[in-house]
Amino acid sequence: MSGNSYYSRKLHSLLGVIPLGLFLIEHALTNYSAFEGGKEGFAESVDFLHGLPLIFFLELILIWLPIAFHGIYGLYLAFTSDLNVTRYQYGRNWAFALQRITGVVTFIFVIWHVWTTRVQVALGNTSYDELGSHMHSIVSQPAYFVIYFIAVLAAVFHFANGLWAFLVSWGITVGPRAQRISSNICMGIFVIVSVLFLLSLFAFRSDEFAAAGAALGSISLG
Amino acid sequence: MAETATAKRTVKFIITRRDRPDSAPYKEEFEIPYRPNMNVISALMEIQRNPVNAQGTKTTPVCWESNCLEEVCGACSMIINGKPRQACSALIDKLEQPIRLEPMTTFPVVRDLIVDRQRMFNALKRVKAWIPIDGTYDLGPGPRMAESKRQWAYELSKCMTCGVCLEACPNVNDRSSFIGPAPISQVRLFNAHPTGAMNAHERLEALMEDGGIEGCGNSQNCVRSCPKGIPLTTSIAAINRETTKHMFKRWLDL
Repeated sequence: MSGNSYYSRKLHSLLGVIPLGLFLIEHALTNYSAFEGGKEGFAESVDFLHGLPLIFFLELILIWLPIAFHGIYGLYLAFTSDLNVTRYQYGRNWAFALQRITGVVTFIFVIWHVWTTRVQVALGNTSYDELGSHMHSIVSQPAYFVIYFIAVLAAVFHFANGLWAFLVSWGITVGPRAQRISSNICMGIFVIVSVLFLLSLFAFRSDEFAAAGAALGSISLG
Repeated sequence: MAETATAKRTVKFIITRRDRPDSAPYKEEFEIPYRPNMNVISALMEIQRNPVNAQGTKTTPVCWESNCLEEVCGACSMIINGKPRQACSALIDKLEQPIRLEPMTTFPVVRDLIVDRQRMFNALKRVKAWIPIDGTYDLGPGPRMAESKRQWAYELSKCMTCGVCLEACPNVNDRSSFIGPAPISQVRLFNAHPTGAMNAHERLEALMEDGGIEGCGNSQNCVRSCPKGIPLTTSIAAINRETTKHMFKRWLDL
């Protein structure tokens, strides 16, 4: 890569869609199983994921490394941009500004989210079987619920708008018509994936998920 | 006399001035007599003729740069009522008063409203925005260009390196080395020319380095701001496609 920012920027754009965008959709579907199938449905989805072979390497290569690169390099990119929406109040300029704001919000949220869930599993403070009730204990606290609500919308917007920008940056959508159509499709993706995540957030709040692990969950938050 | 009956119409200006490149900017207000069909340049000429500010104090004339006065040379770019544009085509009758004039912020200020657009000309050199036809012997006639393509390319050739797209771009600033929209569109223009296409890879490679095309963040302010209506974002996306193809070609050694 020899430090040429052309390649690092291209990689940054690619990783945002493959694998991170695909992972976000997978995550939305897994969570949605909590809404659709309740506690058991969610437990089955989690079981399936953790039954995958070479799960450690899948997580490392498809999630941890891409997130680290995309997030840290993305912070640098956000820092090199000006936000001039007060002077140029165009829709795409707002999307440009929001892409950077939601990127920073998402990165901070993801660090906290991973700490309170995946890392707590690794530390033995909770287990995969108790993730549902663990989530219940988090999102039933109003402040954390609001954080999740905002962060989920930020993350999904960042993905959907990033997908639009990916199509431009790789030269797939060139003309204004192609870019307008892809913008409509991407905003459709934003709405659909957001609804999946939000429905699952409400599902986690329901009493069904309250059961046994609630006490453990509140400990691990400390 | 009629003069006593009607108040004299005037035009109010608030101009951001600077005496030297390294000195601090300050605002000065002017109120000049109205004439029909004025533009910002003729108003600045009026201030030059009678350099007295709104308080009635004699001051130095406001400096600006202009040449063609018909929006083709790109010299008189400045920020007028918050938007970068050409002063020559900014008609006083169509502007809200007081009219605020500021120098563009992306470029170093030389004095008052004059900025140094050298980085744009450096960028054109960097991407080799020309058609190499010189040789030690007569190279003969080049390949023909289809008339329909020539007409299409003419739209891109309207770029006057005025700097408005760089001013509007949130990614052209001190912290970024982004080359800006205008030279990317010029690569598309010269790569479309049948003779220019013979060196297409050189221009693409110039944009595949630090500060090249990857600095674009798709805010699309450029295409909304371009005084010549050049489809800058389409040019950027088209060159994104060309550089992507070129990247894979180099990797696969095609």
